[in-house]
This record gives sequence, structure tokens and C-alpha cells, in this order.
Amino acid sequence: MNFSLQRWLGILIKEFIQLKRDRLTFGMIVMLPIIQLLLFGFAINSDPKHMPTAIVMADPGPFARAYVAAMRNSDYFAIVGSVDEDVADRLLDKGEVQFVVTFPPGFQRDLVGGKSPVLLVEADATDPMAAGGAISVLNHLGPEVFAPDLAGRRLPVVPPIDLRVHRRYNQEGITAYNVVPGLCGVILTMTMILMTGLAMTRERERGTFENLLATPATPFEVMTGKIVPYILIGLIQVTLILAAARWIFGVPMLGNLLLLYGEVLLFICANLTLGITFSSLARNQLQAMQLTFFFFLPSMLLSGFMFPFRGMPEWAQVVGNVLPLTHFLLIVRGILLKGNGPAMLWDHTWPILLFTAAVLAFGLKTFRRTLD
Amino acid sequence: MGEPWVIDVAGLNKHFGDKHVVKDLALQVRPGEIFGFLGPNGSGKTTSIRMLCGLLTPDSGQGTCLGLDVIADSAAIKRQVGYMTQKFSLWDDLTIAENLEFVARMFGMRDRRPVVDQALAELGLQGRRDQLAGTLSGGWKQRLALASCLLHQPRLLLLDEPTAGVDPKARREFWEEIHALSARGITILVSTHYMDEAERCHRLAYIAYGNLLVSGTAPEIVASQRLHTWEISGADSQGLAAALRQLPGAQLVASFGSTLHVSGSDGATLHAALTAFVQKRGLRLAAIETSLEDAFIHLMQGSQDPFGGGA
Repeated sequence: MNFSLQRWLGILIKEFIQLKRDRLTFGMIVMLPIIQLLLFGFAINSDPKHMPTAIVMADPGPFARAYVAAMRNSDYFAIVGSVDEDVADRLLDKGEVQFVVTFPPGFQRDLVGGKSPVLLVEADATDPMAAGGAISVLNHLGPEVFAPDLAGRRLPVVPPIDLRVHRRYNQEGITAYNVVPGLCGVILTMTMILMTGLAMTRERERGTFENLLATPATPFEVMTGKIVPYILIGLIQVTLILAAARWIFGVPMLGNLLLLYGEVLLFICANLTLGITFSSLARNQLQAMQLTFFFFLPSMLLSGFMFPFRGMPEWAQVVGNVLPLTHFLLIVRGILLKGNGPAMLWDHTWPILLFTAAVLAFGLKTFRRTLD
Repeated sequence: MGEPWVIDVAGLNKHFGDKHVVKDLALQVRPGEIFGFLGPNGSGKTTSIRMLCGLLTPDSGQGTCLGLDVIADSAAIKRQVGYMTQKFSLWDDLTIAENLEFVARMFGMRDRRPVVDQALAELGLQGRRDQLAGTLSGGWKQRLALASCLLHQPRLLLLDEPTAGVDPKARREFWEEIHALSARGITILVSTHYMDEAERCHRLAYIAYGNLLVSGTAPEIVASQRLHTWEISGADSQGLAAALRQLPGAQLVASFGSTLHVSGSDGATLHAALTAFVQKRGLRLAAIETSLEDAFIHLMQGSQDPFGGGA
């Protein structure tokens, strides 16, 4: 063994100097642990609480009110108000509430009479994980709330209420129903941003960009000409995933597929503009990859793909709401599992459009600079 | 002379950040001539060429290229100019034919097939049309790049150090081609570091640190420097360069194998000093013509590098 400490130190020092010069890599080394810590430590919670819940109250007696108060106190439910059945249905369809709890007529009478009234809990089970904890809490709640008041007034053998949980949109609580449509968005985010990012930086890195610019081709022709092939690739990817969802995983497809493809197109555009912008920021292909990763990580974690969106603290939800993937996931699940129409999806469509416009404005500004 | 210039620009300036890369560039190139563009590394040659073909917008200045305004008509200029970049900039992962086809499309050419076929035939690459461009040797890459610049039949060729890293034989063939193009009436502006290439140009311009220092034919440039040059030869001429530099009037000393060239503006002083020097050591002294290289190095020494901090 011929080991020279001087040589070895030389290599070590050179490595540190180069690392220091590469700002982006250096930034990743520092920022990644911080971001990961924040996300996993504070933002992510696989047992989400404060789920928005609507009450349909056909019998507003003291027992029902006590039960609602107990739900609120459990911390798992955030009661958004009492509504009628139709409104409750729409709220559930739009994904604005996670639960609808219906107190039937004669609830108090049956309860006191020992007849175990039916308490209907409808849960949005598109994400089975999100509803799990809250439902198990409900199971304990009945006896606890009513036991003191009913003591001696009825036979304790019969449970006080008949809790019926109805998992809407995904009755068996199959995780694949949630994950497979979600993958659509995750895969598009990853490939669209990365591929456009690389496509542009590759031209610059190899010097071919200069050749392209020396021809009469305009920046608009170059940009759009490079984007369109990736739109097609994105559509092929979606088609593959949807085919697998349908025939391998048996995911229901209730909504309009044409509408889905329309939304997919918007989502692809959002990611492509981001990719192009990254490519004008990045000096080489490696940096383009790093930037993509930088965006992809929070997208995965904060969008509701890996962990329930409602389980995150408010600040994380605010960040998550900026990400196009968050809205796209709701759109895909809305169309496939709930059969949502365009009007219902608008709430999640405009944030994607806004994101695209903002990134495009920024991208055009930086693109101009790199030409000169 | 009254003839229309192919390139006629004046006062072109370009800044990158706070670096003044090209300073008040004025350039006039005649139709059909081979115009050599010389200067040290980082002197603004590439930036100047990019401004001429519309890749960069000058910060200030005006002028015409092929009779079109360099600032307002840059799109129209691009259509009539062939620009060959310093680094090979065709697509490595496209075949030779695909590259030519693509460039032809970029210039909006109809009937591309015969044009591409003819270019391949002239290159002698018909048999290798489906070979990836990235697998070509340096000399072939350069020929392919030139062919791709010529597809749209430009009236002006801008070549940015086209022969860097190419072997002498390929270089010579390349220059034969350049002269043939010039004979067909195509105007050529070529930047280079090689003196033998500079001497093949009809006229030259020398740019250093953003300033155009001199332009004219090679003999004119040599004459403009008013240098007197002597050659010293003899058995022990090695290792004398340092001593020669100390002589009064010696501005340039260069070693050429077993001989040394000494140049200076003040011929009388230098001659007297050299005569004494060679007599002491038993060497031979002969007056020779000042070379273009001597003239350029003299020019370069006269200008300072504002970015390099002295040296």
C-alpha cells in the first residue's frame, strides 16, 4: 500500500473547494435535511384531526347536541355546521367536508326508548387513510356520551346507538383507489419537469443551442417545438396508468374521461412551464435534475399523495395549496371516484391555471435574459 | 472606394455585467473577400461575431450587414448568413443526414432532399449518411459543420475559429474550400489564432480586449508596426533570450529552434546593441523581414488586459 497523506488531503481539499463553488449542490446539502425535518417532523401526520364535518340534524334534541359536542371535543372533527341533505351531499362531492353525520328523526325518542337509533356517518373514503382514525373514535363515542344520562333508564345490553359508517366513493376502503389515480399526477410531475428541464439544458450544455439560435427559428418556435413532444409523452403516460388502473387495479371510473384528459392537459402544461423555467435557471443538466428533485419532494409529501392533506398543520396546507399536484390529485379522484363534473372541479382548476401563469411570467423573464 | 460593404458597422459596444467586452468596434468587409479576425483569447472576437449575425444585440452602435440593419433586421440577417460556432454545435445524437435535414428545415427550405443529397455528395459522406454525427472525427465534424452552414446558400459566412483542434492536412483542405467559396463570391469573416491562416486572408483585423487595434492586409499590418527584426544564429544561441531582452531597444525576443528573432521599433539602437552582443559571443546576425506574428505580439503588448489585472 502506497498511501500519501499529502495526495489524499489534496483530493479532499479539491472536493471541498468544488463543492463550495457549486452553490446549488451546497444549497441542497444544507436545505434538504431542514426541509425533510420540517416536513416529516411537523407537517406530516398520518392520524389527521380536525376533519371538516357537516351535520344533518333531523332531530335537534339535547342528546344529539351532546353527541356533536363530544365529536368536537374529540379533536378529530371540525364541525362546519348543520345543513340539509342535498347540501351535505354536494359538500362531500366537492371534497369540502370529510364526513357527513346524519341524526335521524326521532333520534332522542328512540335513544331513550332503548331502540338504538341509526346514526349515519358518511365518509369521503377516496383517501381511506384520512378517515380511519376518526371513524374508530366514533365507535367509542356513543356509549361514553350517553352512558351517564341513560343510566338506569334503559337496558345496558343494547348499544345506545346503531352507528352505520358509509364509506362513500370507495366502499371497501381500497388503498389502490386512492394511490393509483394519484400516481398519475406524481409521475407526470416527475417526468414532465425533468424531461423539459433536461431537454433545454442539454442543448445549452452541448453548445447546440447557439446553433439553433443562429437559425431563423424564433424563441417561441423553439420553446413550443420542444414542449409539444413532451405533452404527447405525458398523455401516453396517463393513458398507461389509467389502463392499468382500470384493468389491473379495478379502479372505478365514474366521471367523464374527456374531462379528465382536459384537466390532465392543464396539469401537464403547468409542469412543462416549470420545467422550462428550471432549464433556464440551471446551468447544466445536473442542476436541472437537482431543481426538479427540490420541487418533487415537497410535491410528494405535501400534496396529499403520501399523507392525508387534512392531517397537515395550516402552514403546510398553505404550501400544499400552491402545488399543482395537490389540486390535480383532488381532480383525478373527483372525476374517477366521485364522478365530479367541470363545475365542481373549478375550485381546483383555477389554482393550476394561476400557477402556470405565474411560472410562465417568471420563465419568460429569465428566458429573455439567457438569450442575450 | 464606392463599393457597398458586406459588413459595415461602427461604434458597436457590448457589456456583460460590468465587463466591457467589445468597445466601439468598427469593421468594414468587402464583398467576396476573406477577412481574418484575430486577437488573443477573451478579446471579444466571438461576441463581435455573435453581434454581426444577430445572436446578440449590441448595447449601442449601428451599421449594416448585407445591407440590413444589424439591430433592427437581425432576423433577416440570420437567413442570409452562415454561422459556424467555435465548438461543434450540431447534434451528436442525430445522424449526418438528419442534422443537415434539420438545419435545412430551420431555414425554411423546401425541396430539402436534393440539397441534403448534394451537400452529402460534396462532403463525400453519402456512404455514411446514417452515421451519428457525434462519432465523426474532429476534421469531419468541422467539414460537416461548414456544409450545414452552406445549405441555405448564405452570402456571408461567419466562421468562429473553425480550425481549432483540426490536423494540418484537414486545415489546409478547409482553407482550399474557403478560397473556393470566396471565388464564388461568398464573403467570409473568419476568426483564428493561427498566423499561417491569417496570411491566407485577404485582409485582417486585430482586436484585443474589446478594442479594434488595426486592420488592413497582412503586409500593411506588418508595416504599420514599424519594427526592425534581426535573426541571431550560431552554435550557442540557446539560453540567450533573457540576456537579449535586456538589450536597449529590444522589444520582442522569440526563440525559433536554434535561432532567435529580436525586434524593436528603434532600429539603430537595437542594431548597435545586437552587433556588440553577437561579436562578444561569436554568433551570426542577419536582418530579416518582420513576421505577422511579431507584428501581432507587438500589438498585443501595446494593449493592456483590463480584466486580467496586468499580465
